[in-house]
Amino acid sequence: MSSTTILNNVEERHIEELDAVTIRFAGDSGDGMQLTGTQFTNTSAVLGNDVSTLPDFPAEIRAPAGSLPGVSGFQLNFSNHDIRTPGDEPHVLVAMNPAALKVNLPDLEKGGLLIVNTDAFNDNNLKKAGYATNPLEDDSLSGYRLFKIPITTANRAALRDVVQISSKEMDRCKNFWALGLMYWLYDRPLEPTMRWIEGKFKKNAEVAKANVTALKAGFAYADATELFTTHYRVKRAAIAPGKYRNITGNEATALGCIAAAVLAERPLFYASYPITPASDILHALSSYKNFGVKTFQAEDEIAAICAAIGASFAGQLGLTGTSGPGLALKSEALGLAVMTELPLVVINVQRGGPSTGLPTKTEQADLLQAMFGRNGECPVAVVAAASPADCFNMAIEAFRIATTHMIPVVYLTDGYLGNGAEPWLLPKIEELPRFEVKFYSDPTTFKAYSRNPETLARPWAVPGTPGLEHRIGGIEKQDITGNVSYDPENHMHMVLTRAKKVDLIANDIPELEIFGEPEGRVLVLGWGSTYGAITSAVEEMQSQGYSVSSAHLRYLNPFPKNLGEVLGRFDRVLVPELNLGQLALLLRAKYLIPAISFAKVKGKPFKISELTAKIKEVYED
Amino acid sequence: MSANIEQGNGGNVAATIKLTRKDYVSDQEVRWCPGCGDYAILAQIQKVMPELGIKRENTVFVSGIGCSSRFPYYMNTYGFHTIHGRAPAVATGIKAANPELSVWVITGDGDALSIGGNHLIHAIRRNLDINIILFNNRIYGLTKGQYSPTSEFGKRTKSTPYGVIDYPLNPLSVALAAESTFVARSVDTFTAHLQDTVTRAMKHKGVSFVEVYQNCNIFNDGAYDMIKANDAKDERMIELKHGEPLVFGKARNKGIRMRSDMHLEVVELGDGISTSDLITHNEKATDSYLAYMLSRMEYPDYPVPIGVFRNVEKPTYEDMLEDQINSVIEKMGPGNLEKLMHSGDTWVIE
Repeated sequence: MSSTTILNNVEERHIEELDAVTIRFAGDSGDGMQLTGTQFTNTSAVLGNDVSTLPDFPAEIRAPAGSLPGVSGFQLNFSNHDIRTPGDEPHVLVAMNPAALKVNLPDLEKGGLLIVNTDAFNDNNLKKAGYATNPLEDDSLSGYRLFKIPITTANRAALRDVVQISSKEMDRCKNFWALGLMYWLYDRPLEPTMRWIEGKFKKNAEVAKANVTALKAGFAYADATELFTTHYRVKRAAIAPGKYRNITGNEATALGCIAAAVLAERPLFYASYPITPASDILHALSSYKNFGVKTFQAEDEIAAICAAIGASFAGQLGLTGTSGPGLALKSEALGLAVMTELPLVVINVQRGGPSTGLPTKTEQADLLQAMFGRNGECPVAVVAAASPADCFNMAIEAFRIATTHMIPVVYLTDGYLGNGAEPWLLPKIEELPRFEVKFYSDPTTFKAYSRNPETLARPWAVPGTPGLEHRIGGIEKQDITGNVSYDPENHMHMVLTRAKKVDLIANDIPELEIFGEPEGRVLVLGWGSTYGAITSAVEEMQSQGYSVSSAHLRYLNPFPKNLGEVLGRFDRVLVPELNLGQLALLLRAKYLIPAISFAKVKGKPFKISELTAKIKEVYED
Repeated sequence: MSANIEQGNGGNVAATIKLTRKDYVSDQEVRWCPGCGDYAILAQIQKVMPELGIKRENTVFVSGIGCSSRFPYYMNTYGFHTIHGRAPAVATGIKAANPELSVWVITGDGDALSIGGNHLIHAIRRNLDINIILFNNRIYGLTKGQYSPTSEFGKRTKSTPYGVIDYPLNPLSVALAAESTFVARSVDTFTAHLQDTVTRAMKHKGVSFVEVYQNCNIFNDGAYDMIKANDAKDERMIELKHGEPLVFGKARNKGIRMRSDMHLEVVELGDGISTSDLITHNEKATDSYLAYMLSRMEYPDYPVPIGVFRNVEKPTYEDMLEDQINSVIEKMGPGNLEKLMHSGDTWVIE
């Protein structure tokens, strides 16, 4: 179809059924694109579609308007079937200005729908985006179905006589106007968003009215102008029955931590220092005060983990959360928690590194930091969530392991999981894992470093318990007594004991499950947020008859007991990671197999197509 | 809380069985250098502990790294020997998690003011009800004799063979600038004064910051002899007493007066100057200006003050934390996991 404008479109419109649509909203970081995308996602989720999202925003709060670094995007995939990724190439791009067009156009599928706000394509903005000529007026966009809409003007016209606010304030509503337009195009109801607006602007009726009016105006514009020849419908997905809500990984992590506290019947103590993309966990937990959660915004990352360790010593569920560089700062204290054998959970919402790196972009390059980033032989348990909703389960698992085994647990997610959203099938509380947390209280048998024969865990003896007065610290301990010891034999024994303690956790975690046949040509092994893309790619290959299976590690230290055996059943093991092959390195070292690394370090998740291409290459090699 | 804690009477209520100094001595061999000032401080704290009305099991000593930070091992209470400079942060977590506990931070001049400077000022500004005892020997002992943040300008040490060119920090000025609600100074060998100061620090509800001048007989021997020696102290030190004029000298014939240009000056009594011209010490002053000026008094220009500089009341962090939780529970009802999980827009797939 050639590019269409308002004036020449007189064709009859019809409804077309689609299986899945990927839309990307893009604009200035002040344009409200994250909000627009989130609203579209929630409305689609409530309609019963499966959804998956990828927010992509700059680290700067407000880069100069119209500039390339200031572009903020939100991609969402919604479908009538089970999906696991936000989609490879968007089918639709909504570009609110030239910079947004320039940054995002390379990702749009050929022949895709391109909706632009023509009002923003003035000389100044074109220059800022580095366009020599106006792309709307030359042939450069002929490969797309271009819709040129004066969104700013149309929005102002709709609001002018309805609300008493300035033009500037009116322009702030233009994202809802664009959303209304998209709601018409994809046959979505306005009510969920209208309800949200009215709740959000409860105290400012005029602004609420302006946004609702803009939303309706965009919808009406699409209808009345007969702009589009077709509108589209994506039916509800055939997904598992039950009650759902839409959830981001960071929200799910916070909820999982609260659930862990309820299940363990111990209060949660969360100490953190603000850092992108982990701060939302602090925001969420600090609003759950009625669960007795104590949140502590510390003066720095080191204080945060130290306060969490102090809280653990005092008998609460000590938790600290951060992102990559923050974990680097916490490492000395993490060693203290290993030495004192206290339960502790450390969340790392990984981001692009090293150093400050790419603060708002995703990466999974802190695996080796989590495994080894401390002085001495200093093993900790490591777990990783596979999807936004899975963050709930793995947060609970982190606490279950920490308290059962008296050990710090590093719980890994990443920016993509933390900010990305998907529908979450609400679990039944009675089916969540329960774990009893017992304090030691018998002074006649108490030894600070006596050990549970099954787990080697030492007793949790909290201050306030008469007769259990004891001293712990970072200096090497004599086994059983916990007294300071510089004895060389004891040190070797304790190093081995701490390593064994981690190994024994393998008895307490599920075996690795295989997606597909239990043996074959290629096993694609992943961990963390690559789950969705890997599983979808492998599913596609399987449907084409390839002998390809996948497995996903949610427990990284220790590995599941059957991992070695699983690896041995395939000719090739391919390990896609958003790092330079950190898991592959561990597999090669531990299992002496030629694991093939597939690395991507671009601050972006894998596309399904990238994975299928690589799997084919490895398959045929 | 566990059954054990519930049965307890809390940190500030007298235990029923009378304990003695020996009950606070742990089974660990003390390994400080013979002659170290730390012994004296340990002995005085062990001596006053039974008098403070805290249950032994409710007492926690937390330390960082350094000679002084070995202290918790020698106390038969709960103890946590942590890592360089981080004791205030660990203590914050302990106290915030369980306000019933009596929490003590034992630290040194390097630990508290150098590597742990940030944690120190933030623990102080939050006004947790913890007691911070800073042993100040003006040297790094455990690392064998480098200068510390309180070492005198120009001092020659292992790491400054040509003299220190860092200006020293004044621990009390730092604590006062961070709005400490209780600030005091004592001396390792002033047995009675040290006991009294520690007792008052413990009884203060809120953060207590106590600097103790402490001798390192290996790397900085005689650090304070100039002022604290028996034949010198009356002329070179001044004891602060709430409500009393700032008088010192063997013959009690000298005092501290405020000049009209807002400077402190040393004056001799008599010749038209009486005690009514002197500053009357007021540890309860709401603002900390005067306490700060007193903290700046250093020998040889002034006598060095010991005693309580500041002692004011302010709500504590842990109380406000609990109050905030309680008020939210009162308003919203206790947390319900099911309700929380099911909040927001939900939908049902049949």
